[in-house]
Amino acid sequence: MPQSLLLKNGRIIDPANNIDSPGSLLLENGKIKSVYLGDYANSPQGECQVIDASGKWIVPGLVDMHVHLREPGEEYKETVESGTRAAASGGFTAVACMPNTSPVNDNEAVTTLILAKAKKAGFAKVYPVAAISQHSDGSRLAEFGELQKAGAVALSDDGRPVENSQLMRRALEYSTNFDFLLISHAEEMTLCGDGVMNEGPLSTRLGLRGIPRIAEEIMIYRDLALAEYVNRPIHIAHISTRESVDLIRRAKLKGCQVTAETTPHYFTLTEEAIGDYNTAAKMNPPLRTLDDRQAIQEGLEDGTIDAIATDHAPHSRAEKEVEFDLAANGIIGLETSVPLALALVRDKIISPTRLVELMSVNPCRILGVKGGSLDQGASADVTLIDPDLTFTYEEKDVVSKSKNSPFLTWSLQGKAVLTILNGKITFDAL
Amino acid sequence: MEVVHKFCHKHILGLEQLSPDDIDFLLRSAASFKEISTRQIKKVPALRGRTVINLFFEPSTRTRLSFEVAAKRMSADTFNISASTSSLKKGETLIDTALNLAAMKPDIIIIRHSHSGSPGLLAKHTKASIINAGDGTHEHPSQGLLDMMTVLEKKGRIGGLKIAIIGDIAHSRVAHSNIIGFTKMGANVSVSGPATLLPMGIEHLGATVCSSVDEAVEGADVIMALRIQSERQKDPLIPSLREYATFFGINKRALTLAKPDALIMHPGPMNRGVELDPDLADGPHSVILDQVTNGVAMRMALLYAIMGGGEG
Ligand SMILES: [Zn+2]
Repeated sequence: MPQSLLLKNGRIIDPANNIDSPGSLLLENGKIKSVYLGDYANSPQGECQVIDASGKWIVPGLVDMHVHLREPGEEYKETVESGTRAAASGGFTAVACMPNTSPVNDNEAVTTLILAKAKKAGFAKVYPVAAISQHSDGSRLAEFGELQKAGAVALSDDGRPVENSQLMRRALEYSTNFDFLLISHAEEMTLCGDGVMNEGPLSTRLGLRGIPRIAEEIMIYRDLALAEYVNRPIHIAHISTRESVDLIRRAKLKGCQVTAETTPHYFTLTEEAIGDYNTAAKMNPPLRTLDDRQAIQEGLEDGTIDAIATDHAPHSRAEKEVEFDLAANGIIGLETSVPLALALVRDKIISPTRLVELMSVNPCRILGVKGGSLDQGASADVTLIDPDLTFTYEEKDVVSKSKNSPFLTWSLQGKAVLTILNGKITFDAL
Repeated sequence: MEVVHKFCHKHILGLEQLSPDDIDFLLRSAASFKEISTRQIKKVPALRGRTVINLFFEPSTRTRLSFEVAAKRMSADTFNISASTSSLKKGETLIDTALNLAAMKPDIIIIRHSHSGSPGLLAKHTKASIINAGDGTHEHPSQGLLDMMTVLEKKGRIGGLKIAIIGDIAHSRVAHSNIIGFTKMGANVSVSGPATLLPMGIEHLGATVCSSVDEAVEGADVIMALRIQSERQKDPLIPSLREYATFFGINKRALTLAKPDALIMHPGPMNRGVELDPDLADGPHSVILDQVTNGVAMRMALLYAIMGGGEG
C-alpha cells in the first residue's frame, strides 16, 4: 500500500524548475510523485491523506546552512534532537551544523556521532561541517579525507577564524583533492581585541569595547584573495557590513568562486537593539548600523548574498543573564528565520521566489547536497508556509532548548505551518 | 516665584538619564548639605533607619569612603562589601549577589564594577535603589556631579564655560559623565589627548574633539587632567609615560593658554608629573581638594534625593 500525501491547491514556488504557480503536490513513499499546476479538482487514486494548502506556499524543504547544535559537549544548551526539532518547527528539513562542539568535530568519531543522533531524532537532515584545523586551533590541518568519508559536507573553524594565513592557504589548496568547500568565519582577531559590540558612537556611549567593522572586512578580503590565488571556491559566513557586501560583489564580478550568507538578525536589527545592555542582542559579528542593514538587504536583493542562514547559537540563561561584557555571543534563530525573511518579501525587497532561493535552493547548491527543488522522484522534503499568519513569539513557544532570542515578544507575520521530511510530517501547526 | 523641581529617579545609573533640572536640583541640594560638614556635629537624621550597602567590585578608597561618610552623616546604617573580602569572585554571578543582598532588604546599594551596565543589571534584580559609583568605561555620575558642583561654586555658573578634558577619554567613565553633565548644563566641552585614547564618536556625547592639547585648553575656564594608567603602554596605546607627560601632560605652558583664572581639576588618583605638573596640582589654580570635599556633600544630596527627599 503506497503512503501518499497530497498538498492541495496551494501556491507552488519551486525556483529550480521555474515554477511560481497555483498547484498541488503529491508525495508518495517518501518521494515527490508529481506536481499538478492549476486547480486540482480530482481526488487522487487510492488511499491518500489530503491537506488543504489554500493560501499557503508549497516550497522545497528549507535548509539552514549555519547552525550550532551544541552536541557533543554542551547538551544543556541544545542537542541534535532538540535543535533539529526546532529546525522542523521553523520550516527546515535540513541544517548544516558547525564544528565548535566539545570535543571539536575534527574527527570521524564526532561526525559519525552527530549523524547517528540526527538519524535517530528524525526531525531534519543534518550536514556536519567539520573543522579546518585540528581542535580548530589553527595550527595543523584536520584530516579532510577522513572527515569527508565520515559524512562532513564542508569545513570551517567557525566560532573563530583561521588566523594563520599560510594555514588558510594550505587548507584551500588541500581541499582541491576532496572538492571540499571551506567556510570562512571572517574576523581579524587582533582588531577585535576584547570588543563586545560594533565600534562606533553607541559603543562609546554605553562604555562597551568596540569591534571595528574592518575586523570582518579585512579577513573577508584576505580569504577572497587567498581563494582567488589558489583558484578555489570559498563561502563567507554571516556577513554583517556594507563593505563586506561590496567586497563579495566585486569578487563575483571578477568571476571568483565566492558565495556568502547573512543572517536574519543582520537584515532585521541594528546595534540599537542592544539598548540598555540587552545581552540577547550580543553576537559575533555584532549587530551593525542602519546603513549596514540597508546594504545587507541590497545584497540579498541583487544576488550578492546567496543564502540566509541563522547562525542559530543556543545559550542557557547562565551565559546570558550576566554583565554584557561577560555574556556569550549568539542567538537562536531557527524558529524566527521564516517570518523575518517574509518581512523582506512584504517590504518588496525580495520576491517569494528569491526567498526560496536564499533559504533552500542556494544552500543546497553551495553545500553540494541534494534538495532545494520539487523535482519528481526527489526526496519529499517540503515546507508549507502561511505568509499571512500573525503570532507573538513568546518564550513558552520556543522549541529550542535555549531561549536566547532578541525577537521574544515580537509580533511576527508568516510562519512555516507544516514541515515534511522524506514524506513524513515533522512539524504540523495546521 | 521659584518652581520646586520634583526629583523622581529611583536609581542613579548615569547622568545620561538626568535632565538639566534634575542636575540643577542636585547641585543646589548638595550646596546646602555642604554646610552640614562644617558643623561641629556633622550628622543629620535624614536617613535614620535606612540601610546602605557599598558593593565594590573594584578597589577604591576615595569613592567608597566618600559614599560611606555621606551615608553616615545622614544617619544611615552602612555596610561595605568588597570583592576581596567576600565570595564575590568565587563564581557567584552578579545576579546571585543581587538576590542575596536583596534578602537583607537594603534601601540603597552603591555599586562599583568593572563592567559597563552592571548597575542597571543589579537594578533589574533587586528592589533597592542603585547608585552607580563607576561602571567600566561607562559612567561615574557622582563624580560628574561633584565636578560640576566645584565649578559652579568657583565660577558662579556652568553655562557658557569652556571645559577642557585632557587625556585617556576612551577608558574614563569620569570623562564620559563630565562630558554628558557639563554639556547638559550649557558648557562647551573640548577633549584632547593621544588619538588612540579618543573613542570613536565621542562627539555624539556633546564633546568637541581637538587635535592638540593647546587647542583644547585655549581660553578654557576649566582644565581637567585625567589619570593615565601605566598599562596603556602595553596595550599599545601610548609609547611611554615619559612621552605622554611631554606631549599631553598639563604643565605651566598649557596653563598660560587658558583663561587667567582657569581651574585645574583631577578626579584622582593622580600620577604626579605624568598627566599633571606637580606644581600645578598644588598651586593656586588647583581645586583638587575642593573636589574631594564636595564629593561628600554631593553624595549626601544623591542619597537624600533617591530616598524621596527630592519631593518638593
Ligand atoms: Zn561564525
